[in-house]
Amino acid sequence: MKARIGVYKFSSCDGCQLAFLNLGETLLALDELVEISYFAEAGMMDEDTPVDIAFVEGSISTAADRERIRRIRDHSGRLVTMGACATAGGLQALRNLADASAWLADVYATPEVLDSLDQALPVAEFVEVDLELWGCPVDSRQLLAAVRSLLFGVLPPPQREKLCLECKRQQAVCVMVTKGEPCMGPVTRSGCGAICPRFGRACYACYGPAESPNGSALGRRFEGLGLLPEQVARRFLFINSHADAFLEAGQRWMSGHD
Amino acid sequence: MTESHNIRIQVPVLARVEGEGGLEFAVRDGQVEELRLSIYEPPRLFEKFLEGREYHEVPDMVARICGICPVAYQMSAVHALEQVFGVDPGAHIRLWRRLFYCGEWIQSHALHIHLLAAPDFTGFDSVTAMAREYPHEVRRGLALQALGNDIIALLGGRSVHPVGACVGGFHRLPALEECRALLERLQAAREQAQALVRWCASLPVPQREQSFCSVALRHPDEYPLNEGRLASSEGLDIAIEDYEQHFEEFQVPYSTALHASLHGQDYLVGPLARLNLNLDRLPASVRRLVDDTGIAFPSANMFHSMVARAVEILYCVEEAIRILERQPPLEPAAVPVLPRAGTGYGCTEAPRGLLWHRYVLAADGTIEAARIVPPTSQNQARIEADLRTSLQDFGLERDEAELRLHAETVIRNYDPCISCATHFLRLRVRR
Repeated sequence: MKARIGVYKFSSCDGCQLAFLNLGETLLALDELVEISYFAEAGMMDEDTPVDIAFVEGSISTAADRERIRRIRDHSGRLVTMGACATAGGLQALRNLADASAWLADVYATPEVLDSLDQALPVAEFVEVDLELWGCPVDSRQLLAAVRSLLFGVLPPPQREKLCLECKRQQAVCVMVTKGEPCMGPVTRSGCGAICPRFGRACYACYGPAESPNGSALGRRFEGLGLLPEQVARRFLFINSHADAFLEAGQRWMSGHD
Repeated sequence: MTESHNIRIQVPVLARVEGEGGLEFAVRDGQVEELRLSIYEPPRLFEKFLEGREYHEVPDMVARICGICPVAYQMSAVHALEQVFGVDPGAHIRLWRRLFYCGEWIQSHALHIHLLAAPDFTGFDSVTAMAREYPHEVRRGLALQALGNDIIALLGGRSVHPVGACVGGFHRLPALEECRALLERLQAAREQAQALVRWCASLPVPQREQSFCSVALRHPDEYPLNEGRLASSEGLDIAIEDYEQHFEEFQVPYSTALHASLHGQDYLVGPLARLNLNLDRLPASVRRLVDDTGIAFPSANMFHSMVARAVEILYCVEEAIRILERQPPLEPAAVPVLPRAGTGYGCTEAPRGLLWHRYVLAADGTIEAARIVPPTSQNQARIEADLRTSLQDFGLERDEAELRLHAETVIRNYDPCISCATHFLRLRVRR
């Protein structure tokens, strides 16, 4: 019997699901390899049948989301988070740093009709996650490698190395050394192909924290390049602001000192 | 038709749309009642996040509003910010941006036609099911989608949340060999795009006309992408800066996305509205093919939207070829910008229609306020109006499953992007 997979969306931009929808003919091959029982955007609508692998996009930000992710966890063999929103809250987790209720009251004429938690949170805050795929967005190769490994019954090897290593393998020129750009590469997880340095610009950490990131040392280097402490902080508090290492470094720099 | 045919239809999650929304309506005494296209994705409050950020952070932030049309968000934003700074990046950057945008239209339209809309008209639930009966058409569509993605990646490094665009131009422009290779692929795709237009025109769609107001950008001599004045089929002709004096957004209780109206009425944005208003801006070769389909544009049949998307794919392939054959200069990739205080407006044609931005900046280039109006919130009132008349015409005596499928088909035809629609909320305090 073919393994069953499901793709579930929460609060997000839809971009990580595109890692499936942009597969081209490989999408047809994937459909031969597994049975896709739920993937609303692709037209598969059976949300209640148990699946072997659940791919989750988006952060959890309503009471209904919280109930739904628990139901999905209950009927899934392995649960994989796809991308920055599901793994670390995503850009909308910036609301966690502010008074979200006050914002909602400002934005809506009738905020009481909304179902909204105060925070936008990673999936792992509510249920157990078997595999986290970082990146904003995740890339199709990452995703297919995960599907293949999980079908063999193993988890793919963790990829936590720093972007600098990938940047060197790509033979890109270091933008921090040559142009004085405040590049987040030294604290950011690899996986994107080092596209920003290859385009001559600083990495903005869309793949989240790498293993043992040193936010203090990098922030001091940025200060040396002329950044103010709050400008340093904003580089940590961006797409993966709810990831522990970035949250901690960001808040430290936001308070004005290291 | 029986007067006792009273039913309530609920579609908790719409299939084959971008993002998650639902539909609810009741049929009572031969009338559609309580119709609600409900968008319940939580708001992501992007306009608040932008406050206090520096101008150069904006393109990477606004891209995250939508994974399917990040280029549109980046383009409306950089145009608005360049207006504040009084910067013109030059004719060659203008062409590279047009090419970048062509990639997004091709990608987004090909995705919608093949993965989301066409299964409705071929009788399948999904593209993978449709591929068994239409293998050639699906492969052709997926190849065009990949071509669009590769154009974006050429200028942006990757197709979802590309990293190439910046205020002032691009971080990097491609190498000459990369451009040549892409040009060859585009030339080979021309015939595929033409065949796609003919195929879409041959699919059986409901023949039903309705009156609606089309709104799109209009440019003196181009099919509109990045620039133009705001025009409508009812004679509107205003500068993008005057948008707020004519268009209004309002909250409805069942949706986290705002609705919009033009002079108090619903209106249509997107491919059909654009084509209806800009037929005379198509190159002759594309225009001939449109005429050959036998469909008389401007069309009042909303179901001609799919053909309009296919025509725009062909247009973008032709436009991309034209740009690459002209070989625009590869440097400078960007012009320097000097921040200053002010208000700037940007309005470009996202694949789904008008995407309007306004930013207020402080002297150091920090964002003080932002307002973003995406296409889907503009189309919401139109979709609901369409549903009411379409379901009535379809026949309310039909059974629940038929009504439900027809309602979903009507909605999908607009290509609503719920991710976009829920990520902007205008700040308006009512106490």
